[in-house]
Amino acid sequence: MTGSGKVKPGYSRSLDLKKGCVEMVHGSGGRAMAQLIEQLFVAAFDNEFLRQMNDQACFQSFNGRMVMSTDSHVITPLFFPGGDIGSLSVHGTINDVVMSGAKPCYLAGSFILEEGFPLSDLKRIVDSMAQAAQAAQVPIVTGDTKVVEKGSGDGVFITTTGLGVVPEGIHIASNNARPGDKILVSGTLGDHGIAILALRENLSFHTSIESDTAALHDLVACMIAAVPDIHVLRDPTRGGLAAALNEIALQSFVGMMLYENELPIHEPVNAACEFLGLDPLYIANEGKLIAICTPDDAEKLLPAMQAHPLGQNAAIIGEVIEDTHCFVQMQTRFGGKRVVDWLSGEQLPRIC
Amino acid sequence: MTIHTKAGMKYIDEFRDGNLAGKIAANIAAEADPRRHYHFMEFCGGHTHAISRHGIVDLLPGNVHMIHGPGCPVCILPVGRVENAIQLAQTPGLILCSYGDMLRIPAANGMSLLKAKAQADIRMIYSAADAVTIAQKNPQHQVVFLAIGFETTTPPTAVAIKQAQQLRLDNFTVFCNHVLTPSAISHILQSPEVRQLGVVPLDGFVGPAHVSTVIGSQPYEYFAEEFQKPVVIAGFEPLDVMQAILMLIRQANEGRAEVENEFTRAVLPAGNIKAQRLVAEVFELRRTFEWRGLGWVPYSALKIKSSYADFDAERRFRIPAISIADNKACECGAILRGVKQPQDCKIFGTVCTPENPIGSCMVSSEGACAAYYSYGRFREKNPIMTREN
Repeated sequence: MTGSGKVKPGYSRSLDLKKGCVEMVHGSGGRAMAQLIEQLFVAAFDNEFLRQMNDQACFQSFNGRMVMSTDSHVITPLFFPGGDIGSLSVHGTINDVVMSGAKPCYLAGSFILEEGFPLSDLKRIVDSMAQAAQAAQVPIVTGDTKVVEKGSGDGVFITTTGLGVVPEGIHIASNNARPGDKILVSGTLGDHGIAILALRENLSFHTSIESDTAALHDLVACMIAAVPDIHVLRDPTRGGLAAALNEIALQSFVGMMLYENELPIHEPVNAACEFLGLDPLYIANEGKLIAICTPDDAEKLLPAMQAHPLGQNAAIIGEVIEDTHCFVQMQTRFGGKRVVDWLSGEQLPRIC
Repeated sequence: MTIHTKAGMKYIDEFRDGNLAGKIAANIAAEADPRRHYHFMEFCGGHTHAISRHGIVDLLPGNVHMIHGPGCPVCILPVGRVENAIQLAQTPGLILCSYGDMLRIPAANGMSLLKAKAQADIRMIYSAADAVTIAQKNPQHQVVFLAIGFETTTPPTAVAIKQAQQLRLDNFTVFCNHVLTPSAISHILQSPEVRQLGVVPLDGFVGPAHVSTVIGSQPYEYFAEEFQKPVVIAGFEPLDVMQAILMLIRQANEGRAEVENEFTRAVLPAGNIKAQRLVAEVFELRRTFEWRGLGWVPYSALKIKSSYADFDAERRFRIPAISIADNKACECGAILRGVKQPQDCKIFGTVCTPENPIGSCMVSSEGACAAYYSYGRFREKNPIMTREN
């Protein structure tokens, strides 16, 4: 956290985390900012790097290939069944890092706060972020806070950046899918998007679905232990399964054939999609991954995924085929075929 | 709304059963006469969508052809009316509400409501009632509901107008663009392409699903008799469509031209009388209305009755009648009449894509071009809607 003003005990009131709210002074570099950082962020994220109170985190360099990823989170609403913007911002970036097969090491967190945002809500978010980082054993080692005038933001925006190291011998990339490979998913599709959609004020329908937001590093580690030669890993977030597979198809210059019968989708998600005219293949996920590997490896990978709590509903959903058009197609449950195209337009904004 | 999972999904799965589809497909293959071709038009965009999304064409023999009709309410709205809405939205302090797909329709100069939204207060809503709520919450703003659709969406608009009247909302109006299915079907059947030239061979119609729940099955009896074309009213689930195609083939084989109802679980011969009364109370026929693709069609649309004039945006804002020609290269008109297919259009899939639609058929997922582009593009050598004779 930037700023290093030391607050003399007894001279300033402590932060009112129950009734207080974010004020412009919390971003001005003065005592108020130092207080916010110390009493809220450092207190929650506490680790050796943060405690040094420098503008940067300093650590030893790693051996091997390093990966880095960054992700901004602007979700509305900030709190939703299964998570909140805090846990989401940790999971999202960890997942982007681990889709290379890497072990995630450090996170940075940057906050844009809107004047007037309740400190109690901010504390909830920061605590949830700290909990998610601790559960994943990936410390948040540096950060930044800015405050914008009321009306210039939407409560809180969080950007997280992650750093990880790829183990020796692992070469996972989106251009590695080969005709004949099998396509697997780690679980049910569309849960996050539908959970968020149900909370939007102009829709207000009730569903039992919770967001699937989760950090996938442990699942990925188990998968790599079972099958070191996974060709592609990808988390199907915005745009859902359809967008992720179309990107992979294009990058690997291949086509894909999915089997609608094999797609794991919760019944309430399917029902909500029917009601709203949406397609679950395009709905965002925040705790799922796609894996692509050879058919022989898929036989080993599937049970390894299913043995992990985050992969219980894993399934083989299709295969990679030769196709110079790079179409993703689907054998429908009904017995016909269709293209699973890129998402056009916006199914739902501000989803993550 | 509460979505009850078990009951809901059972309903969906029952009408998407692949095994049953296989059985109907076998019956179709057995009963379709190999010595002839069958050309059926599915009028509704909902059917077009179901056919594409579930890959129904793959289950039909090569001599059974589906022609996409003009039953996509978004696709048939002429450019002039979209331009009206865009201009209206520029009125300072005015909130324009409409359904999602409407926002993406291209108007003149590459403009759309979605693009206009950056500088105007344009809101996407899910029902006409939402527009009334917005008007209640914003008494200092004029709220206009851009109403579109066939007979299915008309009763909710009537309810919204009556509600606004009860609430004495003086800031709520409706820009009415509701159109009528039977007049459009008549227009297609009377077009020279079908009647005289034989350019569009038509052996029958898959009749509207939701529209028919409101108007019933009786209005179609005129076409069956006058034009000797069978009509089978069908639901929007893929098994409904398959069953309707089988019923149409049987009628064609037996030389019958009758109105049959496959969608008996929802459609009564007389339709929904209460909804019809409601519509008759609030709306009256327009002498003529412009349809994209079909041109001016007599008595094919509704306007708000003078007794509800206070809620008529056309009157309050003196919306001018403007007629703007489609983009010259765009074949939406011919496609909506069944004369051409999406892949016959020079700009299909090149200049005109779902991301950058030039014509209206590329906008809604119920539009023929969008459905073909999104779901059937891989059928390059065997187009989704062959129409050879």
